[in-house]
Amino acid sequence: MSYLLKRVAFYVFTAWAAITLNFFIPRVMPGDPVQSLITRSRGQMTGDAVQSLYVLFGLDPNESLLSQYVKYWGQLFRGDLGLSFTFFPSQVGEVIGQALPWTMALVGITTVIGFLIGTTLGTLAGWRRGSWIDALIPVTTFLSSIPYFWLGLIAIALLTGPDSFFPAGNGYDTGLTPAWDWEFIGSAVQHSLLPAITILISSMAGWILSMRNMMVTVASEDYVTVAHAKGLPERRVMVGYAARNALLPNVSGFALSLGFIVGGTLLVEIVFSYPGLGFLLFQGVGTKDYPLLQGIFLIITLSVLLANFVADLAYMLLDPRTRREG
Amino acid sequence: MSDAVLEVKNLDVDYGLGSEAVHAVRDVNLVLHRGEVLGLAGESGSGKSTLAYGLTRLLPPPGVIAGGEVIYHAENGDTADIMRMTDEELREFRWAETAIVFQGAMNSLNPVHKISTQMTDVIRAHDPDSTPRSRLDRAKEMLALVGISADRLEAYPHQLSGGMRQRVMIGMALALDPRLVIMDEPTTALDVVIQRQILGQLIELRERLGFSVLFITHDLSLLVEFSDRIAIMYGGRIVEEAPAADIYRDSLHPYSDGLLHSFPALRGPRRELTGIPGSPPDLRAMPTGCAFHPRCPKAFDPCATTLPVLGIPESHTGQQRTVACWLHPIH
Repeated sequence: MSYLLKRVAFYVFTAWAAITLNFFIPRVMPGDPVQSLITRSRGQMTGDAVQSLYVLFGLDPNESLLSQYVKYWGQLFRGDLGLSFTFFPSQVGEVIGQALPWTMALVGITTVIGFLIGTTLGTLAGWRRGSWIDALIPVTTFLSSIPYFWLGLIAIALLTGPDSFFPAGNGYDTGLTPAWDWEFIGSAVQHSLLPAITILISSMAGWILSMRNMMVTVASEDYVTVAHAKGLPERRVMVGYAARNALLPNVSGFALSLGFIVGGTLLVEIVFSYPGLGFLLFQGVGTKDYPLLQGIFLIITLSVLLANFVADLAYMLLDPRTRREG
Repeated sequence: MSDAVLEVKNLDVDYGLGSEAVHAVRDVNLVLHRGEVLGLAGESGSGKSTLAYGLTRLLPPPGVIAGGEVIYHAENGDTADIMRMTDEELREFRWAETAIVFQGAMNSLNPVHKISTQMTDVIRAHDPDSTPRSRLDRAKEMLALVGISADRLEAYPHQLSGGMRQRVMIGMALALDPRLVIMDEPTTALDVVIQRQILGQLIELRERLGFSVLFITHDLSLLVEFSDRIAIMYGGRIVEEAPAADIYRDSLHPYSDGLLHSFPALRGPRRELTGIPGSPPDLRAMPTGCAFHPRCPKAFDPCATTLPVLGIPESHTGQQRTVACWLHPIH
């Protein structure tokens, strides 16, 4: 239990450090969000308007850094991430809130499915070395070395077109209004198929390869031989003795990849103009939307931390050796 | 001591296939009788562990059984060739009839499962109708048998010492009342004190439960004390087999003699340790004739050219012993 508390304390500290960095980085970066906003309005702003913009963004030059910092925390606790430039006058929180479900659904589901299928195939390939599944390994290795976005571009070039079932972009049919009805959900699923397959193909291969290699290593462990000698059913030996132990390194990899779900697979979302967080990040960079970028980075940082924490918990649950006594 | 439990007939085990194959076990014949402790001794690489893995068909690839039979005599008088069993027959045979205690006391238990899980899953695999309650009771009983308290059932392997782990393995080996227990250097990873404790316990258990033991070790002096008969292996072949006392007092093969003088005796007068000069033969390039002749202090003409056959020596006609050495012509 004290081990768990120590981990929690560690993560709280890391989160504090990350948020603090997130506060300072825009302030020490060259360039100034207000200046870029002034440029966008082509200088047609009064001095008062400029000053109020500085105050609005928490960059009031008359205020000390410390009091800005305190205010920043106050805003964070209220869930206020400031105003977005690009989608002015929308709140950053609101903008992110709209993009997040898309990314969570697309990347989240594909990450989980990719992990499950990849691990299962890797288990079989490692267990029956030399079988046809094992012969797939070079193919999947080849696929995993292809970048997501390139696979996406190929998919768009080959599979989409005016008459194709697969749409080339967007998250749903632009003629529809988002709602929880079958038409909209069907359209959303149809639009997500190609990006999902793209992500699946290239992410699954990594899981297959690492699981297969761990299986080969674990299969030669003494306790697996003992399990055979005990006359346990083949399945029980494969799952309960070999795969159970081979899974451990993959679990931490999986938890980490959960953290990156939120960041989205930036390039895939760009290629498919998918309305997720990655695409939003891309737009934010293009328009120097500092509050939006800050907000997205904050979300990504926190989700990576959360995923790490989950990985720690999962490891404690799965590997008794990491549990400390007392 | 007459009825056989396990008969090994002309067993050959290779590593690899075709002309590249390394012959790790050659033409081995052994008979293990009911309730007997048969010791199998030899240096590293003599093929003793390969023999143990081979006769239970647990050889990891590229090991293959190149020939021979291993006949198991079941309690009801049926006989079965282990080498010809189907996968399912083999699965049922394993542990229920022949349990194995392996060399690596440290790694024989899966680190992520509790002791209770690992002890009960084997009972469940062989007796699917048993209740969880009865399996747990049996596991407790087995732990008590090897002197480990029942609360250790909830422990994970890393919470036990090496000696405790090996005792758990012995308890697990006996869980299904096997008629034969193969011990592959069960105590080499343990210190001498624990080693003797465990062996003492094992012998006591054998007297109570009446199983046979095939005990594999390189420590001949240990065998002399604990086993009924001893077989000595060299270069994949058995070179001498005799009652333990005969090996100790009157070993015929120069290799047995060398082995015997490589270890201090646990009891009895002090002797000078001499060891055996040279190193075990390379299995890929075995010497012609008797494999031991390049290292043998007593080698003479026929040794380098002709392989001696294992048989009862003329000088000991009528005794229960065999040797493969030109010094002791067989009749």
